Formats: sequence, structure tokens, C-alpha cells
Amino acid sequence: MSAFWHWFVVIITLGFIAAMVWLFIATGRARVPSQTDEEGKETTGHVWDEDLTELNNPMPRWWLWLFYGTVIWSLIYLALYPGLGNFAGITGWTSEGQYIEEMEQATAEFDARFGELVDQPLEELARNAEALRLGRNIFAHNCSTCHGSDARGSRGYPNLTNNHWSWGGQPEQVLTSIYEGREGIMPGFADALNDQEVTRTAVFVQQLAGMQVDQTMAAAGRRHYDMLCAACHGPDGEGNPDLGSPDLTAGVFSYGSSIDAIRHTIRHGRHGVMPAQRDLLGEARSRLVAAYVLSLNETNSHADE
Amino acid sequence: MSEATTYNDKVIRQFAVMTVVWGLIGMLVGVLIAAQLIWPGMTLDISWLSYGRLRPLHTNAVIFAFGGSALFATSYYCVQRTCHARLFSDKLASFTFWGWQAVIVGAVITLPMGFTMGKEYAELIWPLAILVALVWVAYAVVFFGTIVKRKVKHIYVANWFFGAFILTVAVLHIVNNLAVPTSLTHSYPIYAGTVDAMVQWWYGHNAVGFFLTAGFLGMMYYFVPKQAGRPIYSYRLSIVHFWSLIAIYMWAGPHHLQYTALPDWVQTLGMIFSIMLLAPSWGGMINGVMTLSGAWHKLRTDPILRFMIVALSFYGIATFEGPMMSIRTVNALSHYTDWTIGHVHAGALGWVAMISIGAIYSLWPRLLGLDKMYSTRLIEWHFWVSTIGTVLYIVAMWIAGVMQGLMWRTFNEDGTLTYTFAEVLQATYPYYGLRLFGGIVFTSGMFMMLYNLYKTWQMAPEKQREVPVPAPAHA
Repeated sequence: MSAFWHWFVVIITLGFIAAMVWLFIATGRARVPSQTDEEGKETTGHVWDEDLTELNNPMPRWWLWLFYGTVIWSLIYLALYPGLGNFAGITGWTSEGQYIEEMEQATAEFDARFGELVDQPLEELARNAEALRLGRNIFAHNCSTCHGSDARGSRGYPNLTNNHWSWGGQPEQVLTSIYEGREGIMPGFADALNDQEVTRTAVFVQQLAGMQVDQTMAAAGRRHYDMLCAACHGPDGEGNPDLGSPDLTAGVFSYGSSIDAIRHTIRHGRHGVMPAQRDLLGEARSRLVAAYVLSLNETNSHADE
Repeated sequence: MSEATTYNDKVIRQFAVMTVVWGLIGMLVGVLIAAQLIWPGMTLDISWLSYGRLRPLHTNAVIFAFGGSALFATSYYCVQRTCHARLFSDKLASFTFWGWQAVIVGAVITLPMGFTMGKEYAELIWPLAILVALVWVAYAVVFFGTIVKRKVKHIYVANWFFGAFILTVAVLHIVNNLAVPTSLTHSYPIYAGTVDAMVQWWYGHNAVGFFLTAGFLGMMYYFVPKQAGRPIYSYRLSIVHFWSLIAIYMWAGPHHLQYTALPDWVQTLGMIFSIMLLAPSWGGMINGVMTLSGAWHKLRTDPILRFMIVALSFYGIATFEGPMMSIRTVNALSHYTDWTIGHVHAGALGWVAMISIGAIYSLWPRLLGLDKMYSTRLIEWHFWVSTIGTVLYIVAMWIAGVMQGLMWRTFNEDGTLTYTFAEVLQATYPYYGLRLFGGIVFTSGMFMMLYNLYKTWQMAPEKQREVPVPAPAHA
């Protein structure tokens, strides 16, 4: 704020408070022309609508002091805290400073209590009961909004319990997904494929996933798949974790496996975004939640082996 | 009898009836959305019955349709009686009635359809906002024109408050609604980001200060001394609390934006002036309550006066609570919780609705040439359901709000939150139930009122009577 605006704020604020105090004092002292009514009470002598009149009682003293008290309190507050333009206040308090201070304190307490635990390799953390308890808590507050409180996802938000990973399921890959976020983009092919071609391609994708489909349609769809889809999803449909392109043979469809859902996907593409968490959670909590997510897949992965 | 020598009571009768009709509708919508918070699926996913669309309909209906109609009715009644003059223009007065009803019908249609400006308490789309401005200018012309025509030298205190309310609401409404239309139903505000938020809450809090406080204080200053048959307690007090109230309110808006992107110094100014508002706000309560000295016995027999005194008590509670909630550290707990909803309803049900109900009961028989309403016993019932309903509502929301604030800030040893949002919501359900019950109890009184008004109207010998303007008392 420039010096002009600083003084603009200071003068108007303090001048206004002074004017209010003057209003209270001056009105208290002012003489109001008065008369005495039939009950012997002092009135202003004004009469409206036949019987509306006003007494000329003084303002209650406790009420005046209530006002002066709030003025004094406000002036003290203005001396201690930012309020008068650029003047930072004696305490030097800022809302951002309060936030930083509280976060630093919380981080220090956390590191002192759990620092050693978190430094363990993710594979071990995923088997550590205390780490999983913490990780579950972090997941519930930060991840469950999209992935669900049971981590099984919902339409457009991947299931994190089925050991199927678009971006790779190695501990470091999962951690990277949490740290940096992910952005998966599949372009739409409405311009390249007509309705019939889209349907055939979709049927072939269903066949890749092991569903019972019309073989003729699927065979026709394969030609479009090889031309347009294989670049990302691979010639056999096994996907590519580096691009985040899902394995189409796994039978896991984030956006639905019905013929209509797949046709929509092919026609219009999909754009999935997971926001980066490193700055929000910090590294230690990101590692804990990664361990928790990995642990959800432990039993499944053993079953697969 | 020539026009100039009678009061224009027709427009007042119209507004008085619509006060009760819109009050009933607005409160029923409130009951519905309170139930939706408990049973979210109860309206079968019909989009125009969804919570997000009905909530602004509820607030618009109770504030602007119910409260607004009550203010039009009582201000037109008061300004004529205390100026000893007929309304400045019958045609303009009639335009304010039909124009205001058109605005409300427009709101009832557009808000459920999902057309909104997206600003709280200023949701109406720009064509309706322009109609509001036109009606308001006509209102100002009628009101101040009548003041200019007055036959008495001094302007009665109630008219200061009505006048401040009319002028300021015009300014607030126009400044906050400045927008660039992109279609008939959509527009972009000319402000952006933090400035937009600041303008919005400068509007929002002064809507509370001038629409819901100054306007209803005007109502109080006419109907309390009239109903009690007592003089106003202190002329000086009314001067000081009037000027300090309207001046200090202007600063208080930023307390709605504590701990946001608004610069800290602006937040502080909003907060300290909210604290300084305590005494000016209480000035009105003191003047109203003390006006009853010498008439306390009337409370036993007159439920209308009881409506007014309980309204003043809730006004005192709400205007104490407000400054406290604006304190930064208290706000850190109370903000975004149901405590805010409880606070608002202490004002809305306890103060605004109860003073309006009292005022309408007081003026309705007078408008029809009768001594009193059809059934005083029914007013008595209405008084008790209103009071009990309000208490149930605000107590439920106080408990829920403080509980939510505390649960949201409970941490585990690892620094994570102890309760997820859904867990806090689950803990709130019993209080949502109690709130719904309180709302139903309060709303039931509006049925009694509508019935009582109708029966009184049936009794009236002269439904379209003309009341001659009496000569001013010699003063």
C-alpha cells in the first residue's frame, strides 16, 4: 500500500472513531428543549399520530460505558494487530504467519514422533501396523473424496484395491503418483471414425478384456485398433504405464465397460486428473498414504501369483 | 371526501396480506430444505427441488418477500400516520406493490430453474435485479415524498430508520449488482476475486444492518409505543444509537471474510467495528424495552405486545452474539458451522419475524376499522409456538455449530484430523432433526395467523374504508 493509501486508511479510521465518540459525548451534553407531561416526566413536546410522544431521559450510563469500553478495546487491538493501513501492529501477527507457525510446529512434533518410522522402505511400511493406521487416516481425509472411503474408486476414479495400475504398481511409482499427481489424456476419435467404426472398435476392446462378443465385429474393429489405439495401449492391449494408458486386457474399466461407455470413450476421449499431493501432505505423510494404498493390494497380489 | 384528506390504506392492506402469505411459503420452503438435510433423497432427485436451488428461494422468500412486504406495509402505515399526510403518490405506491410481487414471482420461477447470479442474498438474475431497483426508486419517491408533505415539523424517529433503510438498500443493491449481461439469464459481475468478495459482503452485512435491522427498528419505534400506549423512553438515546448504528454498520462486512485472501488489516477493521456495533445495536433494544416501563402489566393480557418484547429480546441476543462471532479467534471456531445458521435465525425468527408478526396483528384490525383481531386466543397460541419454535431452532444450531467447530479442529497425535467431514455430519443429524421440529413448530403459527387475518377480514364492516387524516396535535 502506498503512503497515500496508508494515511487515507489511518486518518479515516481514527477520524471516524473520534467522530463516534464525539457523537456520544456531545449528544449527552446537548440541551433538548423540553416540557413536562401530565405524569411529571420530561418530554420533548413532540406529538405524532395523536398519542406518540418521546421522553427526554438521559442515555443509560452503563450503556455509554459499554460503548466507550468497546472503543478502548478496539484501539488497543489496533495497536497490537494489523489494521491501520501499513502499520503491522506491535505483535507483528499475520494470518499467514500464524498458519506457517502452526504448520511448522505440527511438522516438528510429527517428525520427532514418527520421523524414524517414515524413513523405512515403503515395502516395510506397508506391513507396519502403526504406519498403516496413520496412512488410513490420511487417506480418509485427503483421498477418499474421489477414491472412496474404501479406496475402491468410482466412475472416472480408479479403484486402488484391485492391483491394477495404469501408472505402475511398484512402490516408487505409486509414491510418484501421489507426489506429482497424474494427468491421463486419451484423445477422442470422433473425427477419425464413423459411428459404425466406433462400435466395432469398442466391441474389439471388449474382446480384449475377455468378454463374449460378436467375432466378426471384433475382427473388423481390430483394424481400427491397430491403426489408432495400439500406439498407446500396445499391440496386444496391455497398456503402457509410462503414458498412463490402461491395460485393456485386465477387464478393469474406470469409465465403464458397457458398449455405450466404451463408445463414448472412443468418440470423445477421456481426461483424468489426479492433483499433486507433495506440497499439501508433505513427503512423510505422502509415504504413509502410499504404504497404505500398497497394503490394500497385498492380499490381491499374493492371490494372483 | 377528497383524496387529499384520507390515508392510502389499500396498499398497506395488500402488503399486509402478502406478508403473511409469503411468510408461510418461505417458511415452508425452509422446512423442506431442513428435512432435505436429514433425508437428502426425499425430493427424488428432481433438479428444481434440489437443496442448492431451494435454499436461495427460502432466503429470498423470507427476507425479501416476507420481510420486505412487512416493511412496505408498516413503513407506509407509519409514514402517513406520523406525517399526517396521505402517501405522496397512489400510482407509485401501487406500482411498488405489484412490482415487488412480480419480483418475488420471478424469483419463485427462476431460482428453482437454476438461474442465479451466484451471490448470496443477491441471487436474482439481472432483469429481476433491475426491476428491484425500479421498485425501490419508486418506494423512495413515495416515502420521502410523503415526508416532504408532512404537516408536523419534526420527523418521527421511526421514519429516520425507514428512511436510512430505503436509501442504503438502494445503494447496496445497485453497487453489488453491477454486472455485464451475457444473455437474458446470465451475467458476470464487474468485480473479480477478493474485490468481488469484499463488495458482496459489504452488501451482505449491510443488508442485515439496513434491511433486517434499521427497517425493523423503524417498525419497532412505531408499533411498540403505539401498542403499549407509552412514550418512547429516550429521545437522546434514539438519536445516538441511530447515527452510530448506521455509520458503524458500513464497516462491519469484512468479518464475513476472516482468515481468507482479504488483507489482514481489512479483516481487523471489520472486526473492531463489529465490536463497536454492540452498544449502538443495544440502544434500540433498550429504548424499546424501556418504553414499556409503566406498562409491564399489559404483557399479561396483550400477546401482541409480548411478540414485540420477545422480538426485542432476541434482537438483543443476536446483536450480542454477532460482535462476539466477529472476533477472530471465535470466528475461527464458528465460521462455516451451523452456529452461523443459529445466529441468523435468532435474528430472522426471533427478531424480524416476531416484530413483523406483532406489527401486522397490531395494524390489521385498524386497517379494517376494528378494535382487535378476530381471536386474541389464537394470537396467544401463535406467540407460544413462535417462541418455542425459535428457541428449539437456535439451541439445536448452537449445539450443532459448536460441536462441529470443535470436531473439525480435533487432531490426532500424527497431525491428521480425528474426524472426517462425514463423521461430523453424522454427529449433526440429531440436531438437524431438532431444528426441523423447531421450524415446523414456528411455521405452524403462520397458519393460525393467516386464518385469524381471514376471520378478522370477514368481521370487518368497512373493508375498503377511507380514514381521514387527523389534524396534527399542536406542538
